[in-house]
Amino acid sequence: MVITLLISIAVISLISVFLALLMVIADATIGNYGIVKISINDGTKELEVKGGQPLLKALNQEGVFIPSACGGRGSCGLCKVRVVQGGGEYLPTELPFINEEEKKQQVRLSCQFKVKADVAIVIPEELFSVREFITRVERIRDLTHDIKEVTLRLKNGETITPLAGQYIQFKVPEYENTDESVYRAYSVASPPDDNTRVELEIRLVPNGICTTYVHQFLKEGDEVTINGPYGEFYLRESERNLIFIAGGSGMAPIKAILMDMAQKGINRKAMYFFGARSKRDLFLLDEMRALEQRLPNFTFVPALSEPVAEDNWEGETGLITDVVRRMVKDGPNSEAYLCGSPGMINACMTVLNELNVAPENIYYDKFS
Amino acid sequence: MHDALLPLSVFFASIFTSNILLTNYLGTCSFLSVSKEMKTSLGLGVAVIFVMATTTPLNWLVYEYLLLPFGLEYLRFIVFIIVIAAFVQLTEMTIERYSEPLYQSLGIFLPLITVNCAILGVCLFMVIREYSFFTSFVFGLGSGIGWFVAIIAMAGIRVKLKNAKVVPALEGPGITLIIAGFMAMAFMGFSGMIAVS
Repeated sequence: MVITLLISIAVISLISVFLALLMVIADATIGNYGIVKISINDGTKELEVKGGQPLLKALNQEGVFIPSACGGRGSCGLCKVRVVQGGGEYLPTELPFINEEEKKQQVRLSCQFKVKADVAIVIPEELFSVREFITRVERIRDLTHDIKEVTLRLKNGETITPLAGQYIQFKVPEYENTDESVYRAYSVASPPDDNTRVELEIRLVPNGICTTYVHQFLKEGDEVTINGPYGEFYLRESERNLIFIAGGSGMAPIKAILMDMAQKGINRKAMYFFGARSKRDLFLLDEMRALEQRLPNFTFVPALSEPVAEDNWEGETGLITDVVRRMVKDGPNSEAYLCGSPGMINACMTVLNELNVAPENIYYDKFS
Repeated sequence: MHDALLPLSVFFASIFTSNILLTNYLGTCSFLSVSKEMKTSLGLGVAVIFVMATTTPLNWLVYEYLLLPFGLEYLRFIVFIIVIAAFVQLTEMTIERYSEPLYQSLGIFLPLITVNCAILGVCLFMVIREYSFFTSFVFGLGSGIGWFVAIIAMAGIRVKLKNAKVVPALEGPGITLIIAGFMAMAFMGFSGMIAVS
Protein backbone atom coordinates (compact mmCIF):
# COMPACT_ATOMS: atom_id res chain seq x y z
CA MET A 1 0.00 0.00 0.00
CA VAL A 2 2.66 2.46 1.09
CA ILE A 3 4.86 1.33 -1.77
CA THR A 4 2.18 1.96 -4.43
CA LEU A 5 1.59 5.36 -2.89
CA LEU A 6 5.28 6.18 -3.02
CA ILE A 7 5.58 4.90 -6.56
CA SER A 8 2.69 7.02 -7.77
CA ILE A 9 4.15 10.10 -6.09
CA ALA A 10 7.56 9.31 -7.57
CA VAL A 11 6.21 8.82 -11.08
CA ILE A 12 4.17 11.99 -11.14
CA SER A 13 7.03 13.97 -9.60
CA LEU A 14 9.39 12.50 -12.18
CA ILE A 15 7.15 13.64 -15.03
CA SER A 16 6.64 17.10 -13.52
CA VAL A 17 10.33 17.60 -12.71
CA PHE A 18 11.34 16.47 -16.18
CA LEU A 19 8.87 18.83 -17.87
CA ALA A 20 9.70 21.71 -15.52
CA LEU A 21 13.40 21.20 -16.22
CA LEU A 22 12.66 21.22 -19.92
CA MET A 23 10.76 24.50 -19.57
CA VAL A 24 13.51 26.14 -17.52
CA ILE A 25 16.13 25.12 -20.06
CA ALA A 26 13.92 26.33 -22.92
CA ASP A 27 13.33 29.65 -21.19
CA ALA A 28 17.05 30.19 -20.69
CA THR A 29 17.92 29.24 -24.27
CA ILE A 30 15.08 29.56 -26.76
CA GLY A 31 13.24 32.21 -24.74
CA ASN A 32 16.34 34.27 -24.00
CA TYR A 33 16.65 37.23 -26.32
CA GLY A 34 19.36 38.99 -24.31
CA ILE A 35 19.40 42.73 -23.76
CA VAL A 36 17.92 44.79 -26.59
CA LYS A 37 18.01 48.52 -27.31
CA ILE A 38 14.95 50.72 -27.79
CA SER A 39 15.68 54.03 -29.46
CA ILE A 40 12.92 56.60 -28.96
CA ASN A 41 12.25 59.58 -31.28
CA ASP A 42 15.47 59.45 -33.32
CA GLY A 43 17.67 58.70 -30.36
CA THR A 44 16.29 61.38 -28.00
CA LYS A 45 16.19 58.61 -25.45
CA GLU A 46 17.90 55.21 -25.51
CA LEU A 47 16.72 52.35 -23.35
CA GLU A 48 18.22 48.94 -22.73
CA VAL A 49 15.67 46.31 -21.76
CA LYS A 50 15.34 42.55 -21.42
CA GLY A 51 14.32 41.11 -24.78
CA GLY A 52 11.24 39.00 -25.44
CA GLN A 53 8.72 41.06 -23.47
CA PRO A 54 5.91 43.20 -24.88
CA LEU A 55 6.97 46.73 -25.84
CA LEU A 56 4.32 48.28 -23.58
CA LYS A 57 5.69 46.48 -20.52
CA ALA A 58 9.31 47.20 -21.42
CA LEU A 59 8.62 50.94 -21.78
CA ASN A 60 6.54 50.99 -18.63
CA GLN A 61 9.36 49.55 -16.56
CA GLU A 62 11.68 52.27 -17.82
CA GLY A 63 9.22 55.00 -16.82
CA VAL A 64 7.79 55.74 -20.27
CA PHE A 65 4.03 55.40 -19.97
CA ILE A 66 1.93 54.57 -23.02
CA PRO A 67 -1.81 54.91 -22.41
CA SER A 68 -3.63 51.60 -22.20
CA ALA A 69 -7.08 51.04 -20.77
CA CYS A 70 -7.25 47.26 -20.81
CA GLY A 71 -3.91 46.66 -19.13
CA GLY A 72 -2.17 44.96 -22.06
CA ARG A 73 -4.70 42.34 -23.09
CA GLY A 74 -5.08 43.63 -26.63
CA SER A 75 -8.70 44.61 -26.26
CA CYS A 76 -8.77 48.42 -26.03
CA GLY A 77 -6.44 49.36 -28.90
CA LEU A 78 -5.13 52.49 -27.15
CA CYS A 79 -1.45 51.62 -26.75
CA LYS A 80 -0.47 52.38 -30.34
CA VAL A 81 3.16 53.26 -31.01
CA ARG A 82 5.05 53.74 -34.27
CA VAL A 83 7.80 51.15 -34.65
CA VAL A 84 9.90 52.56 -37.47
CA GLN A 85 12.72 50.04 -37.33
CA GLY A 86 12.81 46.36 -36.42
CA GLY A 87 9.03 45.97 -36.41
CA GLY A 88 8.50 42.94 -38.63
CA GLU A 89 5.10 41.64 -39.63
CA TYR A 90 1.80 42.44 -37.94
CA LEU A 91 0.35 39.84 -35.57
CA PRO A 92 -3.24 38.67 -36.10
CA THR A 93 -4.04 40.05 -32.64
CA GLU A 94 -3.06 43.57 -33.73
CA LEU A 95 -4.88 43.74 -37.04
CA PRO A 96 -8.42 44.44 -35.73
CA PHE A 97 -7.13 47.76 -34.32
CA ILE A 98 -4.91 48.94 -37.19
CA ASN A 99 -6.28 50.64 -40.31
CA GLU A 100 -4.58 51.06 -43.71
CA GLU A 101 -3.30 54.55 -42.94
CA GLU A 102 -1.71 53.33 -39.69
CA LYS A 103 -0.12 50.39 -41.48
CA LYS A 104 1.75 52.82 -43.74
CA GLN A 105 2.92 54.63 -40.62
CA GLN A 106 4.08 51.33 -39.08
CA VAL A 107 1.80 51.84 -36.09
CA ARG A 108 1.84 48.81 -33.78
CA LEU A 109 -0.13 47.74 -30.73
CA SER A 110 2.60 47.95 -28.11
CA CYS A 111 1.03 45.42 -25.76
CA GLN A 112 1.14 42.71 -28.47
CA PHE A 113 4.41 43.59 -30.20
CA LYS A 114 7.32 41.89 -28.49
CA VAL A 115 10.79 43.41 -28.49
CA LYS A 116 13.08 40.64 -29.68
CA ALA A 117 15.77 42.74 -31.36
CA ASP A 118 16.87 46.39 -31.37
CA VAL A 119 14.01 48.67 -32.38
CA ALA A 120 13.46 52.35 -33.10
CA ILE A 121 10.12 53.83 -32.10
CA VAL A 122 8.36 57.18 -32.34
CA ILE A 123 6.00 58.36 -29.60
CA PRO A 124 4.27 61.73 -29.14
CA GLU A 125 6.49 64.22 -27.28
CA GLU A 126 3.84 64.83 -24.65
CA LEU A 127 4.10 61.22 -23.48
CA PHE A 128 7.46 62.19 -22.00
CA SER A 129 5.53 64.52 -19.71
CA VAL A 130 3.44 61.56 -18.65
CA ARG A 131 4.80 60.49 -15.32
CA GLU A 132 4.04 58.29 -12.39
CA PHE A 133 2.76 59.99 -9.25
CA ILE A 134 2.36 58.74 -5.72
CA THR A 135 -0.80 60.09 -4.10
CA ARG A 136 -2.73 59.84 -0.87
CA VAL A 137 -6.49 59.35 -0.74
CA GLU A 138 -7.78 62.57 0.77
CA ARG A 139 -11.50 61.87 0.64
CA ILE A 140 -13.96 59.24 -0.56
CA ARG A 141 -17.64 60.13 -0.73
CA ASP A 142 -20.74 58.57 -2.25
CA LEU A 143 -22.20 60.50 -5.19
CA THR A 144 -24.96 57.95 -5.85
CA HIS A 145 -25.71 54.40 -4.77
CA ASP A 146 -23.03 53.11 -7.19
CA ILE A 147 -20.69 56.03 -7.92
CA LYS A 148 -17.96 57.17 -5.53
CA GLU A 149 -15.94 60.34 -5.75
CA VAL A 150 -12.29 59.75 -4.85
CA THR A 151 -10.03 62.73 -4.19
CA LEU A 152 -6.30 62.07 -4.46
CA ARG A 153 -3.62 64.48 -3.21
CA LEU A 154 -0.16 64.30 -4.83
CA LYS A 155 2.70 63.57 -2.45
CA ASN A 156 6.29 64.80 -2.38
CA GLY A 157 5.39 68.31 -3.60
CA GLU A 158 4.81 67.09 -7.15
CA THR A 159 2.34 68.69 -9.57
CA ILE A 160 0.23 67.35 -12.43
CA THR A 161 -1.20 69.56 -15.18
CA PRO A 162 -3.86 67.73 -17.19
CA LEU A 163 -6.04 69.62 -19.66
CA ALA A 164 -9.65 69.61 -18.44
CA GLY A 165 -11.21 66.41 -19.85
CA GLN A 166 -8.07 64.26 -19.94
CA TYR A 167 -7.64 61.04 -17.99
CA ILE A 168 -5.12 59.29 -15.76
CA GLN A 169 -4.39 55.63 -15.11
CA PHE A 170 -5.02 54.19 -11.66
CA LYS A 171 -2.74 51.40 -10.50
CA VAL A 172 -4.63 48.65 -8.70
CA PRO A 173 -2.26 46.68 -6.46
CA GLU A 174 -2.47 42.93 -6.01
CA TYR A 175 -5.51 42.04 -3.91
CA GLU A 176 -7.92 39.13 -3.70
CA ASN A 177 -9.44 39.71 -7.17
CA THR A 178 -6.15 40.08 -9.07
CA ASP A 179 -2.78 38.42 -8.58
CA GLU A 180 -0.87 41.14 -10.41
CA SER A 181 -1.16 44.90 -10.38
CA VAL A 182 -3.21 46.33 -13.23
CA TYR A 183 -3.92 49.81 -14.61
CA ARG A 184 -7.35 51.25 -15.35
CA ALA A 185 -8.14 54.59 -16.97
CA TYR A 186 -10.34 57.22 -15.27
CA SER A 187 -11.17 60.76 -16.33
CA VAL A 188 -10.09 63.57 -14.04
CA ALA A 189 -13.16 65.33 -12.65
CA SER A 190 -11.37 68.24 -10.97
CA PRO A 191 -10.40 71.37 -12.93
CA PRO A 192 -6.67 71.86 -13.60
CA ASP A 193 -6.25 74.96 -11.39
CA ASP A 194 -5.32 72.90 -8.33
CA ASN A 195 -2.34 70.99 -9.65
CA THR A 196 -1.77 68.77 -6.64
CA ARG A 197 -5.30 67.33 -6.57
CA VAL A 198 -6.92 64.69 -8.76
CA GLU A 199 -10.60 63.90 -8.35
CA LEU A 200 -12.09 60.74 -9.90
CA GLU A 201 -15.66 59.47 -10.21
CA ILE A 202 -15.73 55.70 -10.13
CA ARG A 203 -18.86 53.68 -10.77
CA LEU A 204 -19.09 50.15 -9.35
CA VAL A 205 -19.04 47.59 -12.16
CA PRO A 206 -20.00 44.07 -10.98
CA ASN A 207 -16.77 42.04 -10.76
CA GLY A 208 -14.71 44.99 -12.06
CA ILE A 209 -11.15 44.62 -10.79
CA CYS A 210 -10.50 48.30 -10.15
CA THR A 211 -14.03 49.42 -9.31
CA THR A 212 -14.43 46.65 -6.73
CA TYR A 213 -11.08 47.62 -5.24
CA VAL A 214 -12.07 51.27 -4.96
CA HIS A 215 -15.57 50.56 -3.64
CA GLN A 216 -14.74 47.85 -1.13
CA PHE A 217 -11.09 48.11 -0.17
CA LEU A 218 -9.78 51.65 -0.66
CA LYS A 219 -9.79 53.83 2.48
CA GLU A 220 -9.01 57.48 3.14
CA GLY A 221 -5.30 57.87 3.85
CA ASP A 222 -4.29 54.97 1.58
CA GLU A 223 -1.52 55.42 -0.95
CA VAL A 224 -2.44 55.23 -4.65
CA THR A 225 -0.12 55.24 -7.66
CA ILE A 226 -1.34 56.96 -10.80
CA ASN A 227 0.21 57.95 -14.11
CA GLY A 228 -0.87 60.45 -16.72
CA PRO A 229 -2.24 62.68 -18.05
CA TYR A 230 -3.48 61.25 -21.34
CA GLY A 231 -6.19 61.80 -23.91
CA GLU A 232 -7.62 63.85 -26.75
CA PHE A 233 -10.84 64.73 -24.94
CA TYR A 234 -10.53 68.43 -24.09
CA LEU A 235 -12.29 71.66 -25.11
CA ARG A 236 -11.34 72.96 -28.56
CA GLU A 237 -11.08 76.71 -29.16
CA SER A 238 -13.86 78.00 -31.41
CA GLU A 239 -16.97 80.19 -31.37
CA ARG A 240 -19.41 77.30 -31.92
CA ASN A 241 -22.21 76.41 -29.52
CA LEU A 242 -21.36 73.59 -27.14
CA ILE A 243 -23.34 70.40 -26.64
CA PHE A 244 -22.22 68.16 -23.79
CA ILE A 245 -23.83 64.74 -23.37
CA ALA A 246 -22.97 62.32 -20.57
CA GLY A 247 -24.33 59.46 -18.53
CA GLY A 248 -23.22 57.96 -15.20
CA SER A 249 -19.54 58.53 -14.42
CA GLY A 250 -19.24 60.24 -17.83
CA MET A 251 -19.99 63.30 -15.68
CA ALA A 252 -16.31 63.50 -14.64
CA PRO A 253 -14.51 65.01 -17.67
CA ILE A 254 -17.47 67.27 -18.54
CA LYS A 255 -17.52 68.66 -15.01
CA ALA A 256 -13.78 69.39 -15.28
CA ILE A 257 -14.29 71.17 -18.62
CA LEU A 258 -17.22 73.26 -17.30
CA MET A 259 -15.40 74.31 -14.13
CA ASP A 260 -12.37 75.21 -16.22
CA MET A 261 -14.63 77.33 -18.48
CA ALA A 262 -16.05 79.10 -15.44
CA GLN A 263 -12.58 79.91 -14.11
CA LYS A 264 -11.35 81.16 -17.46
CA GLY A 265 -14.59 83.06 -18.19
CA ILE A 266 -15.27 81.19 -21.44
CA ASN A 267 -18.89 82.11 -21.90
CA ARG A 268 -19.87 80.19 -25.04
CA LYS A 269 -23.48 79.07 -25.43
CA ALA A 270 -23.54 75.62 -23.88
CA MET A 271 -26.04 72.88 -23.04
CA TYR A 272 -25.22 69.86 -20.92
CA PHE A 273 -27.52 66.85 -21.28
CA PHE A 274 -27.09 64.35 -18.48
CA GLY A 275 -28.96 61.06 -18.81
CA ALA A 276 -29.93 58.92 -15.82
CA ARG A 277 -32.47 56.22 -15.10
CA SER A 278 -34.17 57.69 -12.03
CA LYS A 279 -33.48 60.36 -9.42
CA ARG A 280 -31.17 58.15 -7.39
CA ASP A 281 -28.75 58.12 -10.37
CA LEU A 282 -28.45 61.92 -10.46
CA PHE A 283 -25.62 63.68 -8.66
CA LEU A 284 -23.75 67.00 -8.37
CA LEU A 285 -26.98 68.86 -9.11
CA ASP A 286 -26.05 71.77 -6.80
CA GLU A 287 -22.63 72.11 -8.43
CA MET A 288 -24.27 72.22 -11.86
CA ARG A 289 -26.79 74.86 -10.77
CA ALA A 290 -23.89 76.92 -9.33
CA LEU A 291 -22.13 76.65 -12.70
CA GLU A 292 -25.27 77.96 -14.40
CA GLN A 293 -24.95 81.06 -12.17
CA ARG A 294 -21.29 81.55 -13.09
CA LEU A 295 -21.81 80.88 -16.81
CA PRO A 296 -24.90 82.85 -17.97
CA ASN A 297 -25.05 81.07 -21.34
CA PHE A 298 -24.89 77.59 -19.83
CA THR A 299 -27.92 75.33 -19.26
CA PHE A 300 -27.84 72.01 -17.43
CA VAL A 301 -30.49 69.54 -18.63
CA PRO A 302 -30.76 66.39 -16.51
CA ALA A 303 -33.13 63.84 -18.04
CA LEU A 304 -34.63 60.73 -16.46
CA SER A 305 -35.51 57.75 -18.63
CA GLU A 306 -37.45 55.83 -15.99
CA PRO A 307 -38.47 58.21 -13.18
CA VAL A 308 -40.26 56.43 -10.33
CA ALA A 309 -43.35 57.91 -8.66
CA GLU A 310 -41.61 59.09 -5.48
CA ASP A 311 -39.06 61.08 -7.55
CA ASN A 312 -41.71 63.83 -8.13
CA TRP A 313 -39.69 64.62 -11.22
CA GLU A 314 -40.65 67.76 -13.11
CA GLY A 315 -37.66 67.96 -15.46
CA GLU A 316 -37.10 66.31 -18.83
CA THR A 317 -38.02 62.66 -19.22
CA GLY A 318 -37.25 60.10 -21.90
CA LEU A 319 -34.09 58.73 -23.44
CA ILE A 320 -31.25 61.23 -23.60
CA THR A 321 -31.22 60.94 -27.39
CA ASP A 322 -34.86 62.08 -27.60
CA VAL A 323 -34.20 65.00 -25.28
CA VAL A 324 -31.20 66.08 -27.39
CA ARG A 325 -33.29 65.78 -30.57
CA ARG A 326 -36.03 67.96 -29.00
CA MET A 327 -33.82 70.68 -27.57
CA VAL A 328 -30.81 71.20 -29.83
CA LYS A 329 -31.60 73.90 -32.37
CA ASP A 330 -28.53 75.09 -34.24
CA GLY A 331 -26.83 71.78 -35.19
CA PRO A 332 -24.50 72.95 -37.99
CA ASN A 333 -23.07 75.66 -35.72
CA SER A 334 -22.45 73.31 -32.80
CA GLU A 335 -19.64 71.27 -31.37
CA ALA A 336 -20.40 68.16 -29.29
CA TYR A 337 -18.55 66.42 -26.46
CA LEU A 338 -19.86 62.98 -25.48
CA CYS A 339 -18.86 60.82 -22.59
CA GLY A 340 -20.36 57.54 -21.41
CA SER A 341 -20.99 53.96 -22.43
CA PRO A 342 -20.34 52.90 -26.06
CA GLY A 343 -24.07 52.24 -26.52
CA MET A 344 -25.04 55.73 -25.41
CA ILE A 345 -22.33 57.35 -27.53
CA ASN A 346 -23.29 55.44 -30.68
CA ALA A 347 -26.95 56.36 -30.23
CA CYS A 348 -26.06 60.03 -29.68
CA MET A 349 -23.81 60.09 -32.76
CA THR A 350 -26.80 59.04 -34.87
CA VAL A 351 -28.97 61.82 -33.42
CA LEU A 352 -26.22 64.45 -33.82
CA ASN A 353 -25.89 63.39 -37.46
CA GLU A 354 -29.62 63.94 -37.94
CA LEU A 355 -29.21 67.40 -36.38
CA ASN A 356 -26.43 68.16 -38.91
CA VAL A 357 -23.61 68.50 -36.39
CA ALA A 358 -20.45 68.01 -38.49
CA PRO A 359 -18.72 64.70 -37.64
CA GLU A 360 -15.35 66.47 -37.24
CA ASN A 361 -16.92 68.62 -34.50
CA ILE A 362 -17.95 65.62 -32.39
CA TYR A 363 -15.49 64.52 -29.72
CA TYR A 364 -16.11 61.55 -27.49
CA ASP A 365 -14.66 59.42 -24.71
CA LYS A 366 -16.06 55.88 -24.65
CA PHE A 367 -16.09 54.19 -21.25
CA SER A 368 -16.01 50.46 -21.82
CA MET B 1 -7.63 -8.25 -42.38
CA HIS B 2 -9.82 -6.30 -40.02
CA ASP B 3 -6.88 -5.26 -37.87
CA ALA B 4 -4.84 -4.11 -40.84
CA LEU B 5 -7.65 -1.85 -41.96
CA LEU B 6 -8.43 -0.50 -38.48
CA PRO B 7 -6.19 2.62 -38.70
CA LEU B 8 -7.80 3.55 -41.99
CA SER B 9 -11.34 3.24 -40.69
CA VAL B 10 -10.40 5.06 -37.47
CA PHE B 11 -8.97 7.85 -39.60
CA PHE B 12 -12.13 8.34 -41.64
CA ALA B 13 -14.42 7.74 -38.69
CA SER B 14 -12.70 10.45 -36.65
CA ILE B 15 -13.15 12.93 -39.49
CA PHE B 16 -16.73 12.13 -40.46
CA THR B 17 -18.83 9.65 -38.51
CA SER B 18 -17.54 10.39 -35.04
CA ASN B 19 -16.28 13.90 -35.49
CA ILE B 20 -14.94 15.02 -32.11
CA LEU B 21 -16.70 18.37 -32.34
CA LEU B 22 -20.01 17.46 -33.93
CA THR B 23 -20.72 14.13 -32.27
CA ASN B 24 -18.97 14.59 -28.91
CA TYR B 25 -19.32 18.37 -28.76
CA LEU B 26 -15.81 18.78 -27.43
CA GLY B 27 -13.76 21.91 -28.10
CA THR B 28 -16.89 23.99 -28.53
CA CYS B 29 -15.68 27.13 -26.75
CA SER B 30 -12.91 28.04 -29.18
CA PHE B 31 -15.11 26.75 -32.01
CA LEU B 32 -17.78 29.32 -31.12
CA SER B 33 -15.49 32.25 -30.42
CA VAL B 34 -13.03 31.94 -33.30
CA SER B 35 -15.28 30.83 -36.17
CA LYS B 36 -16.27 34.43 -36.93
CA GLU B 37 -13.59 34.81 -39.59
CA MET B 38 -12.23 32.41 -42.16
CA LYS B 39 -8.58 33.40 -41.75
CA THR B 40 -8.41 32.92 -38.00
CA SER B 41 -10.42 29.68 -38.31
CA LEU B 42 -7.84 28.32 -40.75
CA GLY B 43 -5.00 29.22 -38.38
CA LEU B 44 -6.68 27.70 -35.34
CA GLY B 45 -7.78 24.63 -37.30
CA VAL B 46 -4.25 23.89 -38.46
CA ALA B 47 -2.93 24.45 -34.94
CA VAL B 48 -5.46 21.92 -33.60
CA ILE B 49 -4.48 19.35 -36.24
CA PHE B 50 -0.82 19.79 -35.30
CA VAL B 51 -1.33 19.60 -31.54
CA MET B 52 -3.70 16.60 -31.71
CA ALA B 53 -1.50 14.65 -34.11
CA THR B 54 1.55 15.16 -31.86
CA THR B 55 0.21 15.04 -28.32
CA THR B 56 -1.92 11.91 -28.82
CA PRO B 57 1.01 9.59 -29.67
CA LEU B 58 3.12 11.41 -27.07
CA ASN B 59 0.56 10.69 -24.39
CA TRP B 60 0.26 7.12 -25.68
CA LEU B 61 3.95 6.64 -24.92
CA VAL B 62 3.61 8.20 -21.48
CA TYR B 63 0.57 6.05 -20.72
CA GLU B 64 2.02 2.80 -22.04
CA TYR B 65 5.52 3.07 -20.58
CA LEU B 66 5.06 5.17 -17.44
CA LEU B 67 1.51 4.85 -16.16
CA LEU B 68 0.54 1.27 -17.08
CA PRO B 69 3.66 -0.51 -15.74
CA PHE B 70 3.14 1.11 -12.33
CA GLY B 71 -0.63 0.69 -12.32
CA LEU B 72 -1.20 4.43 -12.28
CA GLU B 73 -3.91 4.63 -14.94
CA TYR B 74 -6.03 6.79 -12.66
CA LEU B 75 -3.43 9.56 -12.91
CA ARG B 76 -3.96 9.87 -16.64
CA PHE B 77 -6.12 12.99 -16.52
CA ILE B 78 -3.59 15.10 -14.68
CA VAL B 79 -0.58 13.66 -16.51
CA PHE B 80 -2.12 14.13 -19.94
CA ILE B 81 -2.97 17.75 -19.16
CA ILE B 82 0.56 18.50 -17.97
CA VAL B 83 2.11 16.85 -21.01
CA ILE B 84 -0.17 18.72 -23.42
CA ALA B 85 0.43 22.09 -21.70
CA ALA B 86 4.20 21.68 -21.60
CA PHE B 87 4.39 20.46 -25.17
CA VAL B 88 2.25 23.31 -26.52
CA GLN B 89 4.25 25.89 -24.58
CA LEU B 90 7.57 24.52 -25.83
CA THR B 91 6.32 24.44 -29.41
CA GLU B 92 5.11 28.01 -29.16
CA MET B 93 8.45 29.23 -27.78
CA THR B 94 10.36 27.41 -30.49
CA ILE B 95 8.19 28.73 -33.30
CA GLU B 96 8.31 32.26 -31.93
CA ARG B 97 12.08 32.14 -31.85
CA TYR B 98 12.86 30.49 -35.14
CA SER B 99 10.08 31.15 -37.61
CA GLU B 100 8.38 34.53 -37.72
CA PRO B 101 5.93 33.62 -40.54
CA LEU B 102 4.91 30.38 -38.84
CA TYR B 103 4.39 32.22 -35.56
CA GLN B 104 2.19 34.77 -37.32
CA SER B 105 -0.06 32.15 -38.86
CA LEU B 106 -0.02 29.34 -36.31
CA GLY B 107 1.97 30.08 -33.14
CA ILE B 108 -0.29 32.86 -31.95
CA PHE B 109 -3.16 30.36 -31.68
CA LEU B 110 -1.28 27.74 -29.69
CA PRO B 111 -1.93 29.21 -26.21
CA LEU B 112 -5.65 29.25 -27.08
CA ILE B 113 -5.80 25.49 -27.46
CA THR B 114 -3.64 24.39 -24.55
CA VAL B 115 -6.80 23.97 -22.56
CA ASN B 116 -9.01 22.84 -25.44
CA CYS B 117 -11.04 19.93 -24.12
CA ALA B 118 -11.11 18.19 -27.52
CA ILE B 119 -7.38 17.59 -27.25
CA LEU B 120 -7.63 15.99 -23.83
CA GLY B 121 -10.73 14.16 -25.05
CA VAL B 122 -8.87 12.50 -27.91
CA CYS B 123 -6.13 11.33 -25.52
CA LEU B 124 -8.72 9.83 -23.18
CA PHE B 125 -10.69 8.10 -25.98
CA MET B 126 -7.43 6.60 -27.20
CA VAL B 127 -7.01 4.94 -23.80
CA ILE B 128 -10.62 3.75 -23.51
CA ARG B 129 -10.60 2.29 -27.03
CA GLU B 130 -7.22 0.61 -26.49
CA TYR B 131 -5.66 1.84 -29.72
CA SER B 132 -2.11 0.93 -30.73
CA PHE B 133 0.58 3.59 -31.09
CA PHE B 134 0.07 3.97 -34.81
CA THR B 135 -3.73 3.94 -34.57
CA SER B 136 -3.53 6.61 -31.85
CA PHE B 137 -1.47 8.82 -34.12
CA VAL B 138 -3.97 8.32 -36.95
CA PHE B 139 -6.85 8.93 -34.54
CA GLY B 140 -5.26 12.19 -33.34
CA LEU B 141 -4.56 13.34 -36.87
CA GLY B 142 -8.06 12.42 -38.04
CA SER B 143 -9.76 14.10 -35.10
CA GLY B 144 -7.71 17.23 -35.75
CA ILE B 145 -8.77 17.20 -39.40
CA GLY B 146 -12.37 16.61 -38.32
CA TRP B 147 -12.24 19.63 -36.01
CA PHE B 148 -10.63 21.64 -38.82
CA VAL B 149 -13.39 20.64 -41.27
CA ALA B 150 -16.09 21.60 -38.76
CA ILE B 151 -14.66 25.04 -37.93
CA ILE B 152 -13.99 25.86 -41.58
CA ALA B 153 -17.54 24.90 -42.52
CA MET B 154 -18.87 27.01 -39.66
CA ALA B 155 -16.67 29.99 -40.60
CA GLY B 156 -17.96 29.75 -44.18
CA ILE B 157 -21.54 29.84 -42.94
CA ARG B 158 -20.89 32.67 -40.48
CA VAL B 159 -19.27 34.83 -43.16
CA LYS B 160 -22.53 34.58 -45.13
CA LEU B 161 -24.52 35.05 -41.94
CA LYS B 162 -23.13 38.59 -41.51
CA ASN B 163 -25.54 39.73 -44.24
CA ALA B 164 -28.49 37.77 -42.88
CA LYS B 165 -31.18 39.11 -40.61
CA VAL B 166 -30.95 37.18 -37.36
CA VAL B 167 -33.44 37.57 -34.52
CA PRO B 168 -31.62 39.88 -32.07
CA ALA B 169 -31.94 37.44 -29.18
CA LEU B 170 -30.14 34.76 -31.18
CA GLU B 171 -27.27 36.85 -32.53
CA GLY B 172 -23.74 35.52 -31.95
CA PRO B 173 -23.41 32.29 -29.98
CA GLY B 174 -27.14 31.52 -30.10
CA ILE B 175 -27.48 31.15 -33.85
CA THR B 176 -24.03 29.56 -34.05
CA LEU B 177 -25.07 26.79 -31.67
CA ILE B 178 -28.24 26.16 -33.67
CA ILE B 179 -26.22 25.94 -36.88
CA ALA B 180 -23.75 23.62 -35.17
CA GLY B 181 -26.73 21.44 -34.28
CA PHE B 182 -27.83 21.29 -37.92
CA MET B 183 -24.28 20.50 -38.97
CA ALA B 184 -24.16 17.69 -36.45
CA MET B 185 -27.40 16.29 -37.86
CA ALA B 186 -25.97 16.51 -41.38
CA PHE B 187 -22.88 14.63 -40.27
CA MET B 188 -25.16 11.93 -38.85
CA GLY B 189 -25.77 11.04 -42.50
CA PHE B 190 -22.28 9.56 -42.58
CA SER B 191 -22.91 7.37 -39.58
CA GLY B 192 -23.84 4.18 -41.45
CA MET B 193 -20.64 4.23 -43.48
CA ILE B 194 -18.01 3.26 -40.94
CA ALA B 195 -18.61 1.85 -37.52
CA VAL B 196 -15.83 2.13 -34.98
CA SER B 197 -16.29 1.54 -31.33
